[in-house]
Amino acid sequence: MMPATPFFRAMSAILWKDLATELRSRELLSGMLVFSLLVLLIFNFALELDAKARANVTAGVLWVTLSFAGTIGLNRSMAVEKDRGCLDGLLLAPVDRTAIYFGKTLANLVFMLIVAAIIIPIYSILYNQNLFIPGLLLVILLGSIGYVVVGTLLASMAVQARTRDILLPILLFPVIIPVVVAAVKASGGYLQSIPFDEISPWLNLLGVYDVIFTSVAFMVFEYIVEE
Amino acid sequence: MISVRNLVKRFGARIVLRNLNFAVQSGEFVALLGPNGAGKTTFLRILASLSRPNFGEICIGGYFLPHQAASVRRKLGVVSHQPLLYGDLTAEENLNFFGRMYGVSNLSNRIHEVLGMVGLTARRQDLIRTYSRGMQQRLAIGRSILHDPDVLLLDEPHTGLDQDACDMLDDVLRKVAESGRTIVMTSHDLSRAADLAKRFDILSRGQILASIDSGNLPQDGLLRFYRQTLENTNQSGSVK
Repeated sequence: MMPATPFFRAMSAILWKDLATELRSRELLSGMLVFSLLVLLIFNFALELDAKARANVTAGVLWVTLSFAGTIGLNRSMAVEKDRGCLDGLLLAPVDRTAIYFGKTLANLVFMLIVAAIIIPIYSILYNQNLFIPGLLLVILLGSIGYVVVGTLLASMAVQARTRDILLPILLFPVIIPVVVAAVKASGGYLQSIPFDEISPWLNLLGVYDVIFTSVAFMVFEYIVEE
Repeated sequence: MISVRNLVKRFGARIVLRNLNFAVQSGEFVALLGPNGAGKTTFLRILASLSRPNFGEICIGGYFLPHQAASVRRKLGVVSHQPLLYGDLTAEENLNFFGRMYGVSNLSNRIHEVLGMVGLTARRQDLIRTYSRGMQQRLAIGRSILHDPDVLLLDEPHTGLDQDACDMLDDVLRKVAESGRTIVMTSHDLSRAADLAKRFDILSRGQILASIDSGNLPQDGLLRFYRQTLENTNQSGSVK
């Protein structure tokens, strides 16, 4: 077996550490899940939609829920690093600092997908709408990648500030508008069985966004975390 | 081992370090003393590559900051007044995690060795958040020497510890110093610094004002030397 490079070794160590920590504390996932379920319930009772209208708003409700819950997860994920000065501990490691970023991003993506995997069946039951469509699951994956790629970068920036809980959504939501719009359009397309030709531009937009912001994060992360 | 020339660090309009010059030989234990706001922590953070200087040349173990930061970090162990450990992981898991980050070979043996050195073998399976402050700080030293660094940077390691915990920490620090490592420690506690270090540098207003070896201290010790240095600076009104 080939030895792992320092980059991948550090990345996998951070992923392992975040999963092990969460398995013990269950603070991040439980917060995200409870919040998501409450949002779904509130929308369910507040909108009181008929079956046709429900199909139209499903994608919007789903992505609003994921976006807001994701913010809670991102804040918590970086707050853990701020406790006891752990972020400094990570930055002192003799590895490319982007390995730290990608490790945290992967962990955040895993948490986001776990939340999605739990709320989708619940949503399907509450709204009587089948969400188990392969295309829709692809949109959720691409949208989640875009969200955590930008979110982890901005959370690393916001964690340095005293007002980080407020700062993160203010920084994040304007930047993720393209992801949310494209994800809602593509998800809506799959739910309403629109031809693939009309959905594909939104999928392309999601893919391009993911690639661009992954590259941007790769270039700027070191400068963001250094004083 | 450490050479710093004309180091300048500004935070906005405020200059924290002014053309600071500093050198440490291999195996030396230097205590960096000074009042609050003197720039001690900022200086140590720059040496640790956690903060970027505005100007100046820093060389540690033959590598220059900030361009060879990863190579410098491999040679450094850092202990701050925060433990830099994860509360929801056990001592063993914390060391395992940091060992993987540093690429430590034969990691499980090294973890066993380090836990023995800091006297925490019996508590290795306990979560860090159940540790006392003193135990956390001892494990922080264990974390800092896990990858066998040449240089240790200690930023106020005694902060928040009671007398017994300080004594235990000092024992660990002496063992680390005896192993031939170069150590730079900032401290407010002059008596503990006097017991541990072999050289004392006084940092105030962003510059090293004076430096003295333990063998050359005046009869009534470090406290008088420290006060005189700061008083002379205040009387002259400028840093020379």
